[in-house]
Amino acid sequence: MEVDLDGALPDKAIALGVTVADWRAAIRVAGERLVASGATTAAYTDEMIGTVETLGPYIVIAPGIALAHSRPSPAVLRTGLSWVHLASPVEFGNAQNDPVRLVIGLAALDHDSHIDVLAAVAAALSDPARLRALDAAETPTAVRDILARASSTTKQDTDRDQGS
Amino acid sequence: MKIVCVCGMGIGTSILLKMNTEKAAAKLGIDADVTAADISSARGSAQGCDLILTSQELATELDGASVPVVVINNFMDVGEIETKLQSTTGR
Repeated sequence: MEVDLDGALPDKAIALGVTVADWRAAIRVAGERLVASGATTAAYTDEMIGTVETLGPYIVIAPGIALAHSRPSPAVLRTGLSWVHLASPVEFGNAQNDPVRLVIGLAALDHDSHIDVLAAVAAALSDPARLRALDAAETPTAVRDILARASSTTKQDTDRDQGS
Repeated sequence: MKIVCVCGMGIGTSILLKMNTEKAAAKLGIDADVTAADISSARGSAQGCDLILTSQELATELDGASVPVVVINNFMDVGEIETKLQSTTGR
């Protein structure tokens, strides 16, 4: 599977070693990166924060990892991701998975256009070795390389798992 | 078996859960039709399904559902999904 990570997650969409005071500030940085890369308008940042205020911190999908997002809206200009790695983890209020050290912002134009890039993210985050590499990544290029490698080996892994 | 993965918006976390649920079902040899749904339409989407997977925060919103609601803590842990599918389905 070929996934356009340079398009979906350009340098401007990635912030590493960021210091924030709380979960709202963490989502705000993820939103600012989506705005900087041209994926959304500033209104989408408020929509992402509103998602957590309304529905709770369910976006913390795994230990230390939050997928900040709202729904397709006029504030979404194109499908894209942002990637914010925090210098010090913050609490989102999720009993199982706090504290959060990685906030991934997701802007989706519709229900389908972001599936390939999400598959790359899922493949990388569900692999403990790749997750450790992502935590240690010091440059945007390193982050994209790890996601791209996870994406390109997903199919082989699936074949292998089903054969075992 | 029809499985519905539920999240707040139906486009983000539930899609990630759907992907890993498909992997877990394949490992168990379960022939699964996995879909993603948002919480506001989940009750409708759950009609005719066998199982709902969601997070702890959203599970309470699905109280009274006619099919088992299974809480997944780590959406990125295919092993956790596999174990819970196994104990729920008896496979």
